Amino acid sequence: MPGGQGRPAPRQRPPGSGTIATAETQAPPPTSPQRRLPKRPPVASLLGLTLVGVVVIWLVINFTKGPSNFVEIFLIGLTNGAVYGLVAIGYTLVYGILQLINFAHGDVFALSGMVAFTVLFSVFKIGPNPSTLVIVGGIVGTLLITMTMFAGINVLVELVGYRRLRGAPRLAPLITAVGMSFIIQNIGLAVYGVEFRSGSDLVPHTNVFSVFGVSYQWHKLMVLLVTIPALFALTWFVTHTRQGKAMRATSQDMEAAAVMGINVNRTISITFALAGSLAAVAGLLYMVQFNVRYDTGFELGLIAFTAAVLGGIGNLPGAVLGALVIGFIQAFNEGLTWHAPGSDWTRSIVFGILIAILVFRPEGLLGERTPEGG
Amino acid sequence: MKVPTRLGGSGPDKHPGVDAQRGPVQQQWDRLPRLVRELALPVVVILVTFLYPQYVDSLKGIQSVGDFFPSVGSVVIMIVFTMMAVGLNIVVGYAGLLDLGYVAFYAAGAYTAAWLASQQFEQWSFHFGDSGVLPTLSGIHLSIWMVLPLAGIFTLVVGILIGLPTLRLRGDYLAIVTLGFGEIIPQFVRNGDNIHGFDLTHGTFGISPIDAPGFNGLLGLPVNYRQSLNSQELFFYTAMVLLLITVFCSWRLRDSRLGRAWIAIREDETAAAAMGIPLMRTKTWAYAIGAFFGGVAGAFYASFKSGAFPADFYFNISVFLLCMVILGGMGSIWGVLIGGMVLGYLNVEGLSTIGSKLSSSTGINFEPSKYQFGIYGLIIVIMMLFRPTGLISERRHKLELEEGVHDEALYESRS
Repeated sequence: MPGGQGRPAPRQRPPGSGTIATAETQAPPPTSPQRRLPKRPPVASLLGLTLVGVVVIWLVINFTKGPSNFVEIFLIGLTNGAVYGLVAIGYTLVYGILQLINFAHGDVFALSGMVAFTVLFSVFKIGPNPSTLVIVGGIVGTLLITMTMFAGINVLVELVGYRRLRGAPRLAPLITAVGMSFIIQNIGLAVYGVEFRSGSDLVPHTNVFSVFGVSYQWHKLMVLLVTIPALFALTWFVTHTRQGKAMRATSQDMEAAAVMGINVNRTISITFALAGSLAAVAGLLYMVQFNVRYDTGFELGLIAFTAAVLGGIGNLPGAVLGALVIGFIQAFNEGLTWHAPGSDWTRSIVFGILIAILVFRPEGLLGERTPEGG
Repeated sequence: MKVPTRLGGSGPDKHPGVDAQRGPVQQQWDRLPRLVRELALPVVVILVTFLYPQYVDSLKGIQSVGDFFPSVGSVVIMIVFTMMAVGLNIVVGYAGLLDLGYVAFYAAGAYTAAWLASQQFEQWSFHFGDSGVLPTLSGIHLSIWMVLPLAGIFTLVVGILIGLPTLRLRGDYLAIVTLGFGEIIPQFVRNGDNIHGFDLTHGTFGISPIDAPGFNGLLGLPVNYRQSLNSQELFFYTAMVLLLITVFCSWRLRDSRLGRAWIAIREDETAAAAMGIPLMRTKTWAYAIGAFFGGVAGAFYASFKSGAFPADFYFNISVFLLCMVILGGMGSIWGVLIGGMVLGYLNVEGLSTIGSKLSSSTGINFEPSKYQFGIYGLIIVIMMLFRPTGLISERRHKLELEEGVHDEALYESRS
């Protein structure tokens, strides 16, 4: 393998490599001669381009075969992608600051979905056919409760599991994260059993609009209505507050940030709290859209992680973009009729994308080349 | 090796001060040749284990604790998983490559056995060296003794194919990519019942039955294990032999040039590359050899339980094996053997025995086996936090982890 050998692996990562980048603060691409990148073999690039071309042709043919169906599936993809985006941001935030794949994040998400179910239907006791006010109030109230709760749980996970290992070899916290994931999953199993929880009848499935045979339902629009403000709030927090600034500084260089008087431990805790509360939002939305049970988080977490890597890990807009792309791919794969592999293969396709991205373009669509990359 | 040996291993007169404190028995022990001292513990352990089927019935007869001893059939499963853990230890413990998709190799091995020793491919009829199978039976039937190495080689090739593009990635990315393959291969197996009309894997039903090993009456050895009266014991002895071979290879590999290169890469990849170790080739070998043992173990297990089912190959198994390695001690053969046996026991019989004992004695209705993966997760977290080198630490690995103190950040990491 050309380029794989002998390249120095900096223990301390070079500045700006895995940082939390936002659209405004995106650092200019590294141009210093020491970080000049080896040329990718043209065969690999050609292969990748051919693959993308085949997918595009496949999409176009499918579009011509049934435009309205295609657009409807596109909207499904958009909705799912928005939920994935919320989870993906959790991965990307934590990776940006600790270079840790927080394996437990997916399970935090699933657990939050089940807790949201309890809060909605057992605490607030929302019955069948609720009025609009009840729906909105219920969702907002539940979000306030679960977001606070899972911010706390995520902070606890970091405090118990990862903080002690901050100076340890990098694989140590990763292994702990895998263990944590199983612990949280089994807490969900112990409390909620193996049944699926679904709140799919909470929001009515009536059409918002229906033009040219393309219809969009309220329960899908609701996802966007919640996700978009959440994303704006997050962006505002990261770019416009002191704490957000501290987060960006810590993710660039933890030690320098500490020297500048930033409380690194608190900043990391706040990052985990943010990730946890976004996971709680996603958990509620997913539970209302589909259903959750104790092991939902494993697969969905991996999908979201793939999304984060696809967009460029550590990059917030990248995570959302990657999530939308994954959402579209999944929806097209499961919904289109002409030569679609179908839902049996969704997992393989998502992982295939993950592997291809990591092998061919480890910096992702928008991100920068990480020290991991080939 | 926890055998009392001294550095240098030369005569006892070198350390008279130490000798004076040791009792007469220990002094006698010290005078024995070094080879005897080093091999004593392994030989005793091997003998005691090998004789397990002979005394298991009397152990099970003991009041109140007898139920905790596993049956011979369960021990076979424990041994198979321990074998996989020893194989995984080559990847994770020696070379320091976190592999979260080891179950893929288990699956590859099991399905090789299923293809080469069952009625899966009814359109062909091919028999070679098989025993206890009707010669008119359709499908490919090779002798299991041939299938085991073939499964190993097939899995080794799979390992190389997976490894070549991905081993360039470091650390956590590699873990995720291996996890990806660990998910893709079982899904392929699950969906592989109609590849352009060709039934490769028989879908979710899996392939069953699979032939059992046998000797065709050669040298008075049993014709076919499954048709023998003491089939469990025969499988047990075979599993033990396979495990011993695995451990022996793993032990010799560790001290070989390749093994030292693995450990060098684990400790510091950059320094290893600077010393002229070809990173890609060395890592690929670690991956391939680890895969080989996983494949052999998978093939043997498939033959033992006479089936390969896609439901057996899921992510949790990979983590279960990883947990064995971490509990025992990454890189330490004794550690992995103990970790594998302990967790294997808990998985196969232990947790359900404990659960039933608990409910019968206290009336608490708690099933620990339902939460077994939560328990493994807890073990992983506790081990990583408080004893990252495992129960039996490998000396070098311990040094490596303690050395990590130098990496501590400038700021105070108070919690």
